[in-house]
This record gives sequence, structure tokens and C-alpha cells, in this order.
Amino acid sequence: MSVLVYAENAGGKFKKSIFEAVSYARAIADQNSTSLTAVSIGDVKADELALLAKYGADKILNISNDKLKNFVNQAYASVIAEAAKNQGADIIVLSNSFSGRGLAPRLGVKMEAGVADGAVALPEQTNGKFTIKKTAFSGKAFALVELTSANKVIALLPNSFKVTEANKTAQIEDFNVETKASDFKAMLKEIVRSTDKVSLPDAEIVVSGGRGLKGPENWRMIEELAEILGAATACSKPVSDAGWRPHSEHVGQTGITVSPNLYIAIGISGAIQHLAGISSSKVIVVINKDAEAPFFKVADYGIIGDAFEIVPKLISAIKEYKASV
Amino acid sequence: MKMKILVCISNVPDTTTKITFTDNNTQFNTNGVQFILNPYDEIALSRAIELTEGGNGSVTVINVGESNTEATIRKALAIGADDAIRINAQPHDAWFVAFQIAQYVKENPFDLILTGRESIDYNGSKVAGMLGELLDIPSVSIIKKLAVDGETATVEREIEGGKEILTIPLPFIAGTAEGVAEPKIPNMRGIMSARTKPLKVIEPVAVKTFSEVIGYETPAPRGQVKLVPADDVAGLVELLHTAARVI
Ligand SMILES: Cc1cc2nc3c(=O)[nH]c(=O)nc-3n(C[C@H](O)[C@H](O)[C@H](O)COP(=O)(O)OP(=O)(O)OC[C@H]3O[C@@H](n4cnc5c(N)ncnc54)[C@H](O)[C@@H]3O)c2cc1C
Ligand SMILES: Nc1ncnc2c1ncn2[C@@H]1O[C@H](COP(=O)(O)O)[C@@H](O)[C@H]1O
Repeated sequence: MSVLVYAENAGGKFKKSIFEAVSYARAIADQNSTSLTAVSIGDVKADELALLAKYGADKILNISNDKLKNFVNQAYASVIAEAAKNQGADIIVLSNSFSGRGLAPRLGVKMEAGVADGAVALPEQTNGKFTIKKTAFSGKAFALVELTSANKVIALLPNSFKVTEANKTAQIEDFNVETKASDFKAMLKEIVRSTDKVSLPDAEIVVSGGRGLKGPENWRMIEELAEILGAATACSKPVSDAGWRPHSEHVGQTGITVSPNLYIAIGISGAIQHLAGISSSKVIVVINKDAEAPFFKVADYGIIGDAFEIVPKLISAIKEYKASV
Repeated sequence: MKMKILVCISNVPDTTTKITFTDNNTQFNTNGVQFILNPYDEIALSRAIELTEGGNGSVTVINVGESNTEATIRKALAIGADDAIRINAQPHDAWFVAFQIAQYVKENPFDLILTGRESIDYNGSKVAGMLGELLDIPSVSIIKKLAVDGETATVEREIEGGKEILTIPLPFIAGTAEGVAEPKIPNMRGIMSARTKPLKVIEPVAVKTFSEVIGYETPAPRGQVKLVPADDVAGLVELLHTAARVI
């Protein structure tokens, strides 16, 4: 038995969430006194690939094949399953990214493996049982899922495992695979990247605005606050419904779930559906003019006051702090 | 082209539900919980209805569930699905659900299969991909836009920090997210006709399962909020730096 981690790249680079997945896979390999193979697909340079060893890979398989330049769910799943078979791996780790969520279920079926998506902790392995804690009920609870199959697929929730250096040295091996035409029916036409911004699912700090901000014209201060913190911007559902902000920023039970280190909620009441998407944030700051807003009940820090006064002050205070360190 | 669309629907606790557990945190407490059509499935269904409007095809909804899900199935019929299938079984996990639906689709093919991006109870985003693999057709887990032109669809897929635009030949399967359609609300005529639309109940096939939910945990409660006076914003920054260590 051994562990295999799929290291997804974005434009030839690995994101922090991938190093989290590699560190996590390393820890599972250690739990089972076995080795870890990392698989990369696409164009990634050798010095970037070497980082996978820094975070724990004993071996790096590099699949750089013209046909596999761009992510195609079906084809990538076939290739990863092939690599797993070749390596005798029975535990497959991926990041619970958008692509990872497409791959994990296909891999599960291919490998007759139980799939734990949205994993937030290392597996408990006692008495031959293998149990994973995962998010459930949109962040309102965790479920403990026992994987009863011999093969296992685990998709790790970003921001839930610390990047840990293991400083292994690993060979980079080119891995050749046969691809089949029927795996390439879906064709990528275009990638549209919003490069100027921090992406919300990856963000360590999120600045989020609600209906209390009155209108889209008032988002400049939210963006400025996000900029100086290196944060992503987010919003409540009515804000995206009204078209003040794009749907991709809507967090909550029916939007996306985030678990940043710091979530700053401005002019958001804290409805249960909103909290569902943000409750696993490490630290929550609430700015709201209503002392009775439910959000204060789940916040770590709060300021009762008018966002239009507080936010500009907060921007200056952070600028001052940044200048002083 | 007339399109036959299948929409997979799940029956989930209402979004306002306070989630609690019984039997030493091993059972989800359904006492007093209202169950609803999964909000993302509502988006899938609404788009399916738009795509088949004007006699341009038909929409079937399918659910793996016991008889207690029928109210939700009727809701889908009231919104505008033409007919419904219920596979009479407790939905053990995503694999079980996907296996049952795949079995049905192998005998009753569709041009397009839609699911929600995830069910709001287990948040797996798994059924679409598993179905795709079982049926050996493309799957896209989370789409924000879906257009169909003849035998080919164009979808927009969300990625971290952007989006991808893909073209895919029918048949394929996709999980819909916000943006794909405005959720439709049933009207009076829809509600009346839902009672008489066909709802077929079929029995499940036997299948080995690979996962068991053995317990639950609730998130650790946060301590009391620390309020910072509105005239001391710098104090908040100080706390975030020294106490919380997040900036
Ligand atoms: C099925 C369903 C699913 C849902 N899913 C989601 C979801 O995923 N995400 C989500 O966010 N919501 C969701 N909702 C909606 C949710 O119930 C709330 O309606 C919504 O979160 C409220 O948004 P808000 O806090 O921005 O607005 P409001 O509730 O209107 O709150 C505005 C807040 O701003 C404060 N405020 C006003 N002016 C100022 C000022 N000048 N300075 C500071 N504070 C100010 C007010 O005191 C108030 O607390 C869902 C609802 C349903 C029914
Ligand atoms: N019991 C079920 N019956 C039919 N479809 C389901 C069922 N459970 C989940 N689905 C579909 O699969 C999607 C994703 O669910 P999940 O993989 O559980 O997150 C849902 O949005 C539904 O479209």
C-alpha cells in the first residue's frame, strides 16, 4: 500500500492549497509507514515540481503530454487512476478545489473507492477502521465518515491542514500514459482569469459586505480594505441577487463556503444561511450598526457602528500598522 | 432538437434548520425539521424547463428516497417537470444514489442530465461525477452557465480566480450553481397539475457500499464577542495583530 497525491497546478504553479494536500498526504503516509508519490499533470517546471518533495513527496511523477495540457475531468481521472495502479497506491489525496471536486467522484468509481470530500482532519485509524471528519450541513456540522473500501479517495478542504515542510529529496520521473479519445469529449474553449484579485476560495482573509452597504457604488472602500489586507472580497446573497456584486462572491449555504483565517463582515446581519458558509473561519470580525445583529453572537471581535465611518478609519489604521512593521 | 432532460433531485433540511443530533451524536435529529427541494436542484430544474419550453422536449425528475420525499417530488412537478421517478430506497451515500440513477439511465437514455452542484446536507458534489463515470460520459461538477445549440452545449465552469468555457457534445452531466437560471416558483396551475402528473416508483438494485456515516460533531462554540468601541478602530487592528495573530 502507498499514498498518492494529485498536485493540481494553476498556470504552471502550485497554490498553497496543493502544498496543504501534499503535507496532509505525507502525514497519512507516515501514519501508515508508507511512501508518498505526487502526480503532476501539465506543464510544470522542474524547480516548481521539486517543491512537492519539500512538503513530503518521496517520488514525483510528471505527466507532461500535449493532450493533457488543459484540465479535462474525464481524461485526468483516467490518468490519475492509471498512476495509482502503477504505484500500487490505495489512498488518493486531492485538494477539494473546483477541479478536485470533479475528479474525486470519478476516481472513486474507477477505483471502487469510498470518497471523503471536504475532509478537514487526518483520518482516525483504529481497529482496522478508517474514519474521516468532513464538513456537512453547509458548515453547520461535521460528519464522521468511515471508508469501508480497500481503496480510498480523500479531497482535503483548503485551509484546514497546515503546510508542513518534510524536506524529502525525490526523483522527478516522466510518466507516460496512453490516453483514449473518448475521454476528451469536453473541450476547453477559453480560460478567463481575474488575475488582479485574490481568489475567494483560496483567500486567507476575506472582506465581505452586505445589504447594509446600501449600493454597489459603496464597494470601493470594501475593495480598498481587501487590497491592503491582501484579502478577497465577498458578499451576502441579497447583494449578488441585486447584481451589486458577481454571483461568484456570494458566500453562504447556497453560495460558496469559505474557511479563511480572518472573515470581516460589514453590514451583514448574520442570517443562519449566511453563517453556514463562513462559520469555520478561524477569526470573525463584525462591523454592524445594530447591536442586536445576530452576527455578533458568532463573532470574535465586533464594532457597533456605521460602516461608512468605521471602514475608512479601519483602512487608515491598517495602513498605519503596516507602515510600522 | 427535442431534448430529454433528467434532473436529479434531493430532499434536504430547510436552510433555516438548526442542525442537532441524537443518540450520542450518531443520528441527525429530524424532529421538527422541514425538508425542501435542494436549492441547487431547483436551479437545475428551472434551467431544464427553460431549455425544453415550447414543446422543445421534456423534463423528468428522479429521486432516490423513501416515500417521505414525495412532497418534494410533487414540488418539482409543480415547478414544471413533466414526470417523476422515485427509486424507493434510503439514499445511503452518493455512490449508492449515483449507482441507482445510472442503472435507470442505462435503460432509459437522456440527452442531458443535471444535478445541483451539491446537496446542502452532505455537500458532496459527488453524484454528478460518479454518474458521469458510471455512464462513461463527460461530467462537469460546478457550472455557472449552460446553453445548448443542437447536439452541443456550452458551459461555464467556475475555477479558483476565474472561469473556464467548455463545449461538450450531448449527452453529458453537469452540476448547476447560481447563475444558471433564476429559480422558478410554482404557480396555481402548476400546483394543480402536479397532483396528476406521473410519478413512478421503482425498486432499487442491490449494490455494495463504500462509506458509512458513523457520527457527527458540531463546531466548537466561539467565546463571547470582544466589542471594540467605535472610536478605537486602531484597538481592533492591535487585537487582530497581537491576540488573534491574523494580520
Ligand atoms: C433558501 C435560502 C437560502 C439562502 N442562502 C443564503 C446564502 O447562501 N448566503 C446569504 O448571505 N444569505 C442567504 N439567504 C438569505 C438570508 O436569509 C438573509 O436574507 C441574508 O443573508 C441577509 O443579507 P444581509 O445581511 O446582507 O442583509 P440584511 O439582513 O438586510 O442586513 C443588513 C445589515 O446591515 C446592517 N447595516 C445597515 N446599515 C448599516 C451601516 N450603515 N453600517 C453598518 N451596518 C449597517 C443592518 O443592521 C443589518 O444587520 C438565503 C435565504 C433563503 C431563504
Ligand atoms: N437522493 C438523491 N436522489 C436523487 N438525486 C440526488 C440525491 N442526492 C443527491 N442528488 C443529486 O446530486 C447532487 C449532488 O449531491 P451530493 O453529491 O450529495 O452533494 C444534488 O444536487 C442532486 O441533484
